[in-house]
Amino acid sequence: MQRKTFLRGLIGAALLAGTSPAAFAQSGEPIKIGEINHYKRMAAFAEPYKKGIELALEEINAEGGVLGRPLEFIFRDDQGDPGEAIKIAEELMTRDGAVMLTGTILSNVGLAIASLAGEKKWVYLAAEPLADAVTWSAGNPYTFRLRASTYMQAAMLAEAAAKTDAVKYATIAPNYAYGKDAVAAFKEVLTKLKPDVEFVAEQWPALFKIDSGAEVQALERAKPDAIYNVTFGTDLAKFVRDGNTRGLFQGRTVYGLLSGEPEYLEPLGDEAPEGWVVTGYPWYDFNEDDGANKTFVDAYQDRWGETPKIGSLVGYMAAESIAAAIAKAGSTETEAIRAAFEGLPVETPVGQITYREIDNQATMGAFVGTTALQDGAGVMVDWTYLDGADYLPSDEEVKKLRPSE
Amino acid sequence: MGLFLAQLLTGLANAGALFMVASGLSLIFGVTRIVNFAHGSFYMLGAYVGYTLMQVLPGMVGFWGAILLAGIIVGLIGVIVEICVLRPVYSAPELFQLVATFGVILVIQDLTLMIWGAEDLLGPRAPGLKGVVRILDEPVPQYDLALIAITPFVAFALWYLISKTRVGILVRAATQDREMVGALGVNQSWLFTGVFFLGCALAGLGGAVQLPKGGADLLMDFNILTSVFVVVVIGGMGSLPGAYLAAVIISVLNVFGVSYMPQSTLVLMFVVMVVVLIFRPFGLFGKEEVAGEHGQVGEPERPIKPAGLRVRMLVLAGLVLLGLIPVLGSNFAEVLATDILIFCLFAASLHFMLGQGGLVSFGHAAFFGGGAYVAALLVTYADTPMELAMVLAPLGAGLAAVVIGWVCLRSTGVYFAMLTLAFAQLLWSLVFQWGDITGGDDGLVNIWPSAWASSNTVFFYLALVICVGGILLLRHAAHSPFGYALRAARDSARQAEAMGIHTKRIQWVAFAFAGAMAGIAGGLFVFSKGSVFPNELEIARSFDALIVVFLGGVKTLSGGWVGGASFEAVKDYLTRFEYWRLALGLLIIGVVILAPEGIVGSLRKLGERIGFLNAAEDKR
Amino acid sequence: MSAVLTVEHLSRAFGAIKAVDDVSFSLEQGELLALIGPNGAGKSTCFNMLMGQLKPTGGLVRLNGEKITGLAPRQIWRKGVGRTFQITATYSSMTVVENVQMSLISHHRRIYSMLPYAHRLYRARALALLDTVGMADQADRHCAVLAYGDLKRLELAVALAHEPKLLLMDEPTAGMAPRERIALMQLTADIVRDQGVSCLFTEHDMDVVFAHAHRIMVLNRGQLIANGTVDEIRNNPQVQEVYLGGGMLFNPADGPAGTPERETGHA
Repeated sequence: MQRKTFLRGLIGAALLAGTSPAAFAQSGEPIKIGEINHYKRMAAFAEPYKKGIELALEEINAEGGVLGRPLEFIFRDDQGDPGEAIKIAEELMTRDGAVMLTGTILSNVGLAIASLAGEKKWVYLAAEPLADAVTWSAGNPYTFRLRASTYMQAAMLAEAAAKTDAVKYATIAPNYAYGKDAVAAFKEVLTKLKPDVEFVAEQWPALFKIDSGAEVQALERAKPDAIYNVTFGTDLAKFVRDGNTRGLFQGRTVYGLLSGEPEYLEPLGDEAPEGWVVTGYPWYDFNEDDGANKTFVDAYQDRWGETPKIGSLVGYMAAESIAAAIAKAGSTETEAIRAAFEGLPVETPVGQITYREIDNQATMGAFVGTTALQDGAGVMVDWTYLDGADYLPSDEEVKKLRPSE
Repeated sequence: MGLFLAQLLTGLANAGALFMVASGLSLIFGVTRIVNFAHGSFYMLGAYVGYTLMQVLPGMVGFWGAILLAGIIVGLIGVIVEICVLRPVYSAPELFQLVATFGVILVIQDLTLMIWGAEDLLGPRAPGLKGVVRILDEPVPQYDLALIAITPFVAFALWYLISKTRVGILVRAATQDREMVGALGVNQSWLFTGVFFLGCALAGLGGAVQLPKGGADLLMDFNILTSVFVVVVIGGMGSLPGAYLAAVIISVLNVFGVSYMPQSTLVLMFVVMVVVLIFRPFGLFGKEEVAGEHGQVGEPERPIKPAGLRVRMLVLAGLVLLGLIPVLGSNFAEVLATDILIFCLFAASLHFMLGQGGLVSFGHAAFFGGGAYVAALLVTYADTPMELAMVLAPLGAGLAAVVIGWVCLRSTGVYFAMLTLAFAQLLWSLVFQWGDITGGDDGLVNIWPSAWASSNTVFFYLALVICVGGILLLRHAAHSPFGYALRAARDSARQAEAMGIHTKRIQWVAFAFAGAMAGIAGGLFVFSKGSVFPNELEIARSFDALIVVFLGGVKTLSGGWVGGASFEAVKDYLTRFEYWRLALGLLIIGVVILAPEGIVGSLRKLGERIGFLNAAEDKR
Repeated sequence: MSAVLTVEHLSRAFGAIKAVDDVSFSLEQGELLALIGPNGAGKSTCFNMLMGQLKPTGGLVRLNGEKITGLAPRQIWRKGVGRTFQITATYSSMTVVENVQMSLISHHRRIYSMLPYAHRLYRARALALLDTVGMADQADRHCAVLAYGDLKRLELAVALAHEPKLLLMDEPTAGMAPRERIALMQLTADIVRDQGVSCLFTEHDMDVVFAHAHRIMVLNRGQLIANGTVDEIRNNPQVQEVYLGGGMLFNPADGPAGTPERETGHA
C-alpha cells in the first residue's frame, strides 16, 4: 500500500489492500517487505529514511528487481508504540504477504519486533535502532541489525578521547536506555584504554525536556577537562545554545555521539558548535575519491531535490541489504532469507559491509570527525570513516552477550 | 554563593514561560471548568507562529512584536476552537469536553506538521540580548534576566485585569458561581469565549517567549502538558498567584535537582505534587471544588436494569460471531480482535469506577501497565508459567491500586484525577529508571504464552473468554449491592454516609477492583505482544482509556467496551493514511458534538425512537 | 418512659460566633419533639452535631445512655438514628424503590456483596415501607423525575428502613405545599405513635409544629430559651418577643415558611 492523503484514501478505500500494479507491470508478483516506522512521531528522521528506501527500490527495480520480481515495501506507521508495531507486523506478515520485516528508529519498538521475530520465526532487519540489546542480550537468530550500535559508535569516540591529555570527564545523556548504554560503553572503553580517567559528573536530563541552563551550570560546577555528550534533537540545540552562551565549551573538548549527523547539526545553523569530536555523516565533503559515497549523495539529491541525512543512507542501505539477501537466498522463504543474511556481504555507499554470523550485526561503521563552521552551517572536517568491524568486542565476549544461543 | 544565585536565576527564568502557559490553563479551568488537554498544543502553536513572525519582522521591535502577535493569533485560534468545538458541548456531562480538546490536539499536531514541516526549528535569539551578564562572576544570560523581569509584569497585568476591571470581576464571579453570573444577565457564552481567548493567548505567549531558549518542535505540546498540569494543580486550579508560586517552586527545585540529584529529572515534580496534595488536597491556593450533588449537568443518569431478553439475544449473537472469527476471518483478524478485546476490558475497568463511582482517573494505565509488568517480571526472573503469571498480574495491579487509591481518595474531582496521574507517572519513572530490573525503556522481551496457547487462534479464544468474562463481571458488579452502594456514594455522599455507607471505603474498594481488572487486561496484553515497555504505563495510555470511556458514554453501562471497540477498530483503519491524526481528531470532535451522550447513549436514544427499546420515563 | 436522646451542654463556635451555646435537653421514647427558632438560631448546626456531620466544640450527646459525640454519621446511623435532610438527598440515578432497597442493603450489612442482583434484594420490605409513606404506586419511577414533596416522603421511607429508635428530621416540610405539609407531619406522628419511634424535628411552619409536636423547644442565637408543652410555648412571652421581634407570626396566612436556609456545617 502506498501512502496516501486521507482524501485520496477515502476515495480509494475499497482498493485499500491493493498495490499499485501499474508501476510494477514488468514481471511477476512483487516481493513485499514490511516496513514499520514512526512516520508521524519521528517525522524528521523517518522521512529521509523513507526517501532513501524509495531511491534504492527505484534503482533495484530499474535493473530488473530481485529474482526477476520487483521489490516493494509496504510502509506502515506504528505511532512509536511497541504494541501497535507488533499488531502491524502480524498484519504485514500474515495478511499482506510480506516476506520479512524491517524498520523502526526507536530501540524499544525495534526490540519488540525482534522479540516477535524470534518467536514467530520471521526475519527482521533492524535498520536504525541503536540499542546494543538488539543483537546482543535480546538477540535471536532471526533478527539482524544494520547500523553501528551504540557500543560501536561510543567506542570510536572513546578511542579518540583516549589520545588526548584530558583526565576529568563529565557526561550528559538523555535519561533513558540509549543514553545509559552510550555512557556505559564510553566509560568502559575509555577506562580500558586509559585507566587514569576520572568521571566527575553525570547529568541525566529527561529526553526532550532538558533544562539546559541548569545542566550547563551543573557541568560547569564539576570543572571537567572534557565532556561527553549524548543528547540529540531539541535537547542538543538547547544544550549547545546555553553552553555557548555561558562559555561551557571554552577550553574543553566535547565528544558528541551522533552530534555530527545532519539531522542534528543542520537545525543548529550558525550556532553549531566548533571543535567537537563527533560521529556523523559529512555528505557535503565527498568528492570523486569517495566513489560510491559520492554517487549515492548525487543520486539522492537528483531524485529528491534535497540533501541527504544519515537516515537516507541507512534507508538506502537497508533496502540494498534486503535485496542482496533475497538474491542470495534465491527464494522468499523465511529460512532461506535468514540463512542468506548470515555472513552476507553487501556493497554499499560506505563500502562493503558484512552481516556477521556470530551476532547478526552488520559491520557498517561511522564517520568520525571534528565540527567546524562553514558558510554559517555546521560541518564535519578532518573526518575518517571507521569500519564497524574494528569496534566490536572479541568473539568470546560477544558469545557471552548472546544468552539465547 | 555566586553559583547558588545563578542557579536561582536560572530557575526563575524557566518559571516565566511555564507560568504564562499554566496561568492560561488555570483561568480556563477556573471559569469554564474545562480541563483543556489541548493547552500544550496552543503553546506549540505560539512557538511556531512566533518563529515565522520573527523571520519576517526585523530587529528588536520585530522580535517583541512577534511574541505579542503570536499570543494574539493563538488566542484567536483558541476562539475558533471554543466556538466551533466546545460551545456545542457545554451542557454535556462534566469533563466530557476534555475528549473534544483531545481531538483538537490531534488536529493541531497534523496541521502543524503540514504547515511547518517535520524538522525542529531552532528559535532565533533575542536581538540585543545575546550575551551574558556576570553576576558574582557567574555568567547569567541576558535573556534570562529579561524573562525574570517580564514575568512579574505579565502576572501583574493579569492580576490587574482580573481584580480591577469589570471584566475581571465577572470572570472572578464566574469562577465562584457560574449560575449566578448567568442570572446577572451577563452573556455567559461570550464570557467563556473571552476567557478562552485570554487563556490560549497566554499559552501562545509562553510558546513564543521561550523561543530564544529553545525552539519549536512537534513534540513540545505533550512535553509541556504534564508540567503545566502539575503547576496548576500545585498552585490550586483557578488560582493565578498559586500558578505563579508553583511555577517558581517547580522550576527552581528542578534546577537544584539537576545539580545535586541528576537522576531525579523524571520524577521530581510529581513527587512535589504528591507531597503538596497530601497536605493540601486542593493545592496551595485552591478551594474545595463545589462539584456537587446538584452540580451535575446534562440529563440525569437513568436507573440501570439487567439487560432484557432481546438485548441478551443480541449480545449472544455478537459473541457467537466473535467466536467464529478464526473460522471466517484471517490470522490477522484474530490478532486484531485479541488487541481490541484486551483494550475493551481495560476501558471497561476504568468505566466501572468512572461511570458507577464518578471517580475520574487520569492514571488508569498504572494498573494496566502494572499488571503487564508483574506478569513480565515473574516470567523473566522466576520462570513463572503463563497461567500463574496471569493470575498474579491482577493481584499485583490490585495491590498497587489499594496503595495508590488510599492516597488519591483523600482528594476529589480534578485533584483526585491529577493525583492518579502523578502516581501513574511515578510508577512509570520507577520502571523507566530502574533499568537493571525492568530493562528501562528497552523493556522486557520474550514473554510468550505457554505452548498450548501459543497459536494466535488459541490465544484469541483465551482472550475472548477472559475479556468477555471480565466485562460481564464488571457489569454484574454494577448490578450488585456493591455497585449500587458505589453509585449511592456518587449520587449523594451525604445520604450514603447517613445510611451507614463508608463512602470513601467503598470507593477505595472500587478503585482496587477496577485496578485489578485492568491488571487482568495487562497480563493478557504482555503475552499477546511478547514484550512490555514503559509505554504501557504512560499518560497517553491512560488518556486512551479515558477518551474511549467518554466516547462510549459515561452514563451507560456498556460505554467502556463499546467505546473501546469502536475506537480501536477505527484507529486501526485510519492509521493507514498519512494524515490519520487529523482524521481521527476530526472524527472525535464530530462524535463529541453529534453524540454528547456518547455512542451508547445516542444509540439508546435512537433505539427508543424506533421503538426497539423502552423509552425512559422522563421522555415518555 | 426513658430518655432515648440526652444532650448535655452542647456547644459549637465558629470563630467568635457561638452558633450553639450550652444546649441541654432530652428526648423520651415515643416523643415527637420540635425544635424551633428564627433563621440563624442554630437549629441546623445543632442537628448536624447530633448526626455527627459537625464536631461539637463542647458538650455531650448520648443515645440510650451511650456517648455518640464524635462519631461519624454512618456510625451514629448504625446505632439506630435515622435522618431526613432539609434539602433532600436521594440517589437520583435509581428508582424510588431502589433508594429504599439501598438502605435495607446497608441495614443488613451487605453493601460489599457482589453476587446478588441488588434490585431483587428486600424488594417486598421496601415496597411495604413505601406503602407506609404512601409512595407504593410510584415505586418503579425514576427518582430524578419525582416531585419535591414525594422526595421528602421517600426520604422518610429510606430513614425508616433501618428501624431507627430515633428519627431526626431537619425541616421535613420545607418547600412543600401547605396541604402536603400537614399530611407529611400527620404521617410522621402516626409512625411515632405506631412504632414507638422517638422523633426530633425542626420546623418553620408553626401550624405544623403546634398541631403535632408533643413538646417544643425554642432556640434563639444558639441558646435554648424555652422548653415545654405546646401551650407553655404559645404563652411564653420571651418566645413571643423573639418571634414578633423577628417579624414572624405564629399563625401566618398561607404561603411558604420562607426558603430553606442553606445548610450550615455541610461544607
